[in-house]
Amino acid sequence: MSRVLQWLDDRVGWSMLREFLSHKTVPMHRYSVFYYLGGMTLFFFLVQVCTGVLLMLYYRPSADEAFESIEFLVTTVPFGWLVRSIHAWSANLMVFFAFLHLASVYFLKSYRAPRELTWITGALVFFLILGFGFSGYLLPWNQLSFFATKVGTDIAGVVPVIGEWMLRFLRGGDRVTGATLSRFYGWHVAILPAITTVLLLAHLVLVQVKGMSVPANVEEESRRRSPMKFFPHFALRDLSGWIFALGVLAALAAMMPWELGEKADAFAPAYANIRPEWYYVFMFQTLKLVPGGEVLGIEYEAIPILLFGLAGLLLLLVPFLDRRHGRGWTIAGLLGLAFVIVMTCWGYGTLVPLYIVFLTALLLALFAFITRAPEAR
Amino acid sequence: MEAYPVPERRRFINWFLGTSFGALALSVLYPLVRFLSPPRIPEPGTAQIEAGSADDPVFREKGFKIVRFGADPVIVVRAAENDFRALSATCTHLDCIVGFQKERNRIWCNCHGGAYDLTGRNIAGPPPRPLTAFKVNLVPKSGSAPTVVVSKA
Repeated sequence: MSRVLQWLDDRVGWSMLREFLSHKTVPMHRYSVFYYLGGMTLFFFLVQVCTGVLLMLYYRPSADEAFESIEFLVTTVPFGWLVRSIHAWSANLMVFFAFLHLASVYFLKSYRAPRELTWITGALVFFLILGFGFSGYLLPWNQLSFFATKVGTDIAGVVPVIGEWMLRFLRGGDRVTGATLSRFYGWHVAILPAITTVLLLAHLVLVQVKGMSVPANVEEESRRRSPMKFFPHFALRDLSGWIFALGVLAALAAMMPWELGEKADAFAPAYANIRPEWYYVFMFQTLKLVPGGEVLGIEYEAIPILLFGLAGLLLLLVPFLDRRHGRGWTIAGLLGLAFVIVMTCWGYGTLVPLYIVFLTALLLALFAFITRAPEAR
Repeated sequence: MEAYPVPERRRFINWFLGTSFGALALSVLYPLVRFLSPPRIPEPGTAQIEAGSADDPVFREKGFKIVRFGADPVIVVRAAENDFRALSATCTHLDCIVGFQKERNRIWCNCHGGAYDLTGRNIAGPPPRPLTAFKVNLVPKSGSAPTVVVSKA
């Protein structure tokens, strides 16, 4: 065995990688638990790749066959329902953890120099994840996905000057039709994965090159405590989290299989209480509240849409805008977060989203406690 | 290190190479952008369509029907006995398809809560513009109820 490994090493030269891994450490301080969030997002991404490839074996991307092919998948193909359910649940959990990862990095200001590019590649991957969510949503070709895509692409059309071009570019024509389905399929399974893979690799390489950021207010604590070796100590803790996540995923998929709904019909009214996925609900609720009207040739609905776009741009460029690392950006971030939570609760007409925030904080605290570094002897 | 002045000939060749690569990039990008923009396909014009019989049970039960007018949905509402209205069924807010609320006698969009009256005027919620109105004719049919015919206003 060792001779085989040696033979391979002479040709591949991976001992360099082993050498690197053996030196990699993770700083220890009271916020160390947040270092697990990126890895958790990566886990769900890998689940998406595996289940997505499986779904491609049965899925047929056309307006006449898409819905039926998924119906066949979930009713007849052995474990088809499970693969689809895991794909749908994991997608949601991936968005959730990508958001947690982004929020923690934002509030700990880990985007400070020299990690600006790590932030930018990460923020771009986050937007791509939302793009995956949006494009994948249409693929079952059901009523919900049909209207979500009509609204979502129409929102792009509201943007001044380039709006109409964007709308037609997204839809592959003037209306949401089978042409849109082909396009979204192409984006979902080829274009977005290709771009994401490149950006994600760049993101991960940058994290290795620059190491983990230590928040300014715990630098002292991190100097006092000895860092954790990445391999095996941190990696094993990562792994335990992943196994727990896989269990949660299996339980959700088995107990709450993802619904398929009714086939899309371009000549039926939107049904009552139609709502987008939870991560778009805050925008949806905002759009509901803005009355019809026009000011300076801009329709009122364009204003929140442009503001959301601007907020996304500010988020992307925050490492270059937040020069003095003051409280301003933290307060702005907290206000933005409060807005998202309040609007989401309003959109659902329940406080459950707020409970989920508390539950997540509790889970993170529990995970921090379980995975804490042993006291130095 | 001393900075050498770039010799004249080298600068010329660099400029030549740079513009060649620029032209090459453009000759790839232009078709790519054009390829990604879907072509406009002329659609056969639709002048009028039949929306079925005036005593269609769907009209009696739900009070409305959504019919194809070319590639677009049109909502036909039975406002009263022998009083039909036809409007574009595409919400002017964000492109959803509207329905009719019989009990409140208004056109309603379930997506973002937009409301229109039976002339298509936007009366509440986010819609910025009224729904386009279509003309309705009741064409008599011997031996049964008249046919509802929808045409461009």
